[in-house]
Amino acid sequence: MRPGPGGCCCRRTVRANGCVANGEVRNGYVKTSAAAAAAASQVRGARAAGPGWRPFNEAFEETPMLVAVLTYVGYGVLTLFGYLRDFLRHWRIEKCHHATEREEQKDFVSLYQDFENFYTRNLYMRIRDNWNRPICSVPGARVDIMERQSHDYNWSFKYTGNIIKGVINMGSYNYLGFARNTGSCQEAAAKILEEYGVGVCSTRQEIGNLDKHEELEELVARFLGVEAAMAYGMGFATNSMNIPALVGKGCLILSDELNHASLVLGARLSGATIRIFKHNNMQSLEKLLKDAIVYGQPRTRRPWKKILILVEGIYSMEGSIVRLPEVIALKKKYKAYLYLDEAHSIGALGPTGRGVVDYFGLDPEDVDVMMGTFTKSFGASGGYIGGKKELIDYLRTHSHSAVYATSLSPPVVEQIITSMKCIMGQDGTSLGKECVQQLAENTRYFRRRLKEMGFIIYGNEDSPVVPLMLYMPAKIGAFGREMLKRNIGVVVVGFPATPIIESRARFCLSAAHTKEILDTALKEIDEVGDLLQLKYSRHRLVPLLDRPFDETTYEETED
Amino acid sequence: MATATEQWVLVEMVQALYEAPAYHLILEGILILWIIRLLFSKTYKLQERSDLTVKEKEELIEEWQPEPLVPPVPKDHPALNYNIVSGPPSHKIVVNGKECINFASFNFLGLLDNPRVKAAALASLKKYGVGTCGPRGFYGTFDVHLDLEDRLAKFMKTEEAIIYSYGFATIASAIPAYSKRGDIVFVDRAACFAIQKGLQASRSDIKLFKHNDMADLERLLKEQEIEDQKNPRKARVTRRFIVVEGLYMNTGTICPLPELVKLKYKYKARIFLEESLSFGVLGEHGRGVTEHYGINIDDIDLISANMENALASIGGFCCGRSFVIDHQRLSGQGYCFSASLPPLLAAAAIEALNIMEENPGIFAVLKEKCRQIHKALQGISGLKVVGESLSPAFHLQLEESTGSREQDVRLLQEIVDQCMNRSIALTQARYLEKEEKCLPPPSIRVVVTVEQTAEELERAASTIKEVAQAVLL
Repeated sequence: MRPGPGGCCCRRTVRANGCVANGEVRNGYVKTSAAAAAAASQVRGARAAGPGWRPFNEAFEETPMLVAVLTYVGYGVLTLFGYLRDFLRHWRIEKCHHATEREEQKDFVSLYQDFENFYTRNLYMRIRDNWNRPICSVPGARVDIMERQSHDYNWSFKYTGNIIKGVINMGSYNYLGFARNTGSCQEAAAKILEEYGVGVCSTRQEIGNLDKHEELEELVARFLGVEAAMAYGMGFATNSMNIPALVGKGCLILSDELNHASLVLGARLSGATIRIFKHNNMQSLEKLLKDAIVYGQPRTRRPWKKILILVEGIYSMEGSIVRLPEVIALKKKYKAYLYLDEAHSIGALGPTGRGVVDYFGLDPEDVDVMMGTFTKSFGASGGYIGGKKELIDYLRTHSHSAVYATSLSPPVVEQIITSMKCIMGQDGTSLGKECVQQLAENTRYFRRRLKEMGFIIYGNEDSPVVPLMLYMPAKIGAFGREMLKRNIGVVVVGFPATPIIESRARFCLSAAHTKEILDTALKEIDEVGDLLQLKYSRHRLVPLLDRPFDETTYEETED
Repeated sequence: MATATEQWVLVEMVQALYEAPAYHLILEGILILWIIRLLFSKTYKLQERSDLTVKEKEELIEEWQPEPLVPPVPKDHPALNYNIVSGPPSHKIVVNGKECINFASFNFLGLLDNPRVKAAALASLKKYGVGTCGPRGFYGTFDVHLDLEDRLAKFMKTEEAIIYSYGFATIASAIPAYSKRGDIVFVDRAACFAIQKGLQASRSDIKLFKHNDMADLERLLKEQEIEDQKNPRKARVTRRFIVVEGLYMNTGTICPLPELVKLKYKYKARIFLEESLSFGVLGEHGRGVTEHYGINIDDIDLISANMENALASIGGFCCGRSFVIDHQRLSGQGYCFSASLPPLLAAAAIEALNIMEENPGIFAVLKEKCRQIHKALQGISGLKVVGESLSPAFHLQLEESTGSREQDVRLLQEIVDQCMNRSIALTQARYLEKEEKCLPPPSIRVVVTVEQTAEELERAASTIKEVAQAVLL
């Protein structure tokens, strides 16, 4: 249910029913708007020119009514039992396992709200074994998991000392397969480690600006096709510590409802006004833009100083890809600025692995702030921001991260440099290009097979993040455990990372997955799918692939 | 009877209507209409409600000109051009091509280029690769992370520890995990930027007390107590926290922990202690400010520190009782939503802990060196030493400000530059001037490490003295 420490859980606001209720596709498409029409033609133009022309095929199949009802019933039963067990615990009939306050501090105001804990205690705890599974190997295509047992219904775990070897890893964000302990990246990182050590012990502005950092930033800028770039020690902090440098009071942030927690935190810390538009819904975005400019700030009616649109390349819980051409058309029409978070899409999308801009064949100049992380495709850690020289100069002087946080560890920097050069083909091999192609192939194959089996799969057919809908709370635990029994590690997520009835399993594809691995995984998923009756889809046929872009039956959504 | 009379009156009225002259009727009609109009019309218009036409909206959109995304940065901005360090930033450091002795990196215990630490990190790199490719929840928990958490908890003698992949994010995530809207946080004015951001994210009520002034803190606590008595229902759900640093990053002073603990129990407020500078520095075994004062660590609700200073790795940790710490595993944003710490950095931190445990004498050595340079730096005309003599990171501030911060910064930079030319690497403490709640005055930060020899410390002190005299007089 609870994603546990949910990796890339998105903040959810209540989703308007109108989007989901009646229709297969829930992205509003602006047929009437001139900007969007222009965008559409631009897309076609851009794609027709590029080699990777593909219709934008993104689907979110409607939740079957019966399933929705049963899911609610499931939560109802869980809640009832939760109250019952709380009652038993209160009267000491059932043993309490959770840690308690110190005796000396019993009269302090209680540290937690009780409701928050109700969920953790009674729902999350039942299936806690599906998260935080400790591993003891490279998070590659196969991974070794430490076996653990619980003798008190998941309140505590004991390690048995056994290691479950060679579990197929469908959970790590190892898109291009750079999480490796051999090969050129490891060797280069090892060399730098010997030379530099691991720490830096200072900030970029003080005395922690190593030559390696400068080298990395120059390379990132070249990779992205932007004037300059800056790298930071943590992906999450890249968002939360830089957005406040860009906007402030009197500015407006338009944020997708499913944006990652780091973007939400950054937006909040900035002090700017935040308005939320529906997920990937251009009509909703355009309306907000129009209203913002026409009506200005609330009460004072002063015009906004600037408007910043926050979107992600690939949404990690939905598997959807941002409608970038349309977003760019809108941002140009309304003179807003665009902040694109490519945490999941950099390396994983586009014919050359340059992310979502490359995927649509657009100009990186059109995106004002190109943000991304090194954690995923590059198998390292940290994040970057790329853009115009003025932007980066400003961030060098005003980014919270540059002034107050320790800079990137040198061996990590070297891993990024080597893997990035590999993707760019600068290492003299075509290895990087092959990885990018392999990932794209794996993605399409895996998604297609799952759809053919009859699962409800969310998202874009080119997105390596593949959510498989489970819906019912009991199935979250069951799916995770059954898959592990069959030697496959998957990620399952539920409320609050997803809307309450849309619990799901999520697969992340990797270039390191061979066809054989994928086939094994698919076979087992098929089996578990039958066992748990997960094949909800009523569209056995895969939608036609060559349907023209602008004739798709997008549904108009009401604001 | 009555009806007959009424009927008669009605007939009379109708008759009168017939007999009345036309102009009279017209006039009366107009008067009636006028009265009706007056009754139904408003005497004034509340608001001119006229919706904008599409064309007007388009014009507005056309006319709107946003500010540029970022204002231009002047080419000579003091923070624009970074020093470039070639090679490792260890005891000897090459800054902008010139080799210096490092008095600027927080490498207190000299573990940055320790061969044992490097070997441990290398072994980990060969086993796990570099990245973890996932957050702790989704296959990003490695056995090394569990080991490190265990070791930190044991080292600090607490029940549990939790690690973050970024030092800054540690306290900045920990505070909002507990303190919510409506809660009250008492915080020292000199608190570092990470604490400020954590407080901002928590959206709690913030009460600043004067730096290390317990009387001022008690005054605020008392005020709050009186407030609470007025509204006991609200007080029952309002959590109170005191957030302090062990050694203050911005001032180099130590917090009066024993008094704080007394206040904690007196006013029932929990203490969060940020020990990034004091962890691995203060106390007989380097456990920080609790050990320094001999305070039971359970009296502190939460201790947070980063592993980027004394441990010379990357990341941070929080430790305390399981009741408190475990909550962060679901509520610490920087923990849940971020990729976990690269295993090689965790392995380096474990090895650094080993070294600390094996050489407890190292902390006394560090303390002695701090005392030495502190003494040597006294009495420079124009510069004053700010910070405790046991703090390995302290500040040199201008005795008298020139009146403009810019000018002060320029003067101090001149001192730093000249010291650099004479092979002593120093740096100014950098702040975001517009963002800091209480901006500290500009200063040069001096960092002492165990690797600096007595002669080097002496040389640094005399160099600073000479340069300062040349620049300031």
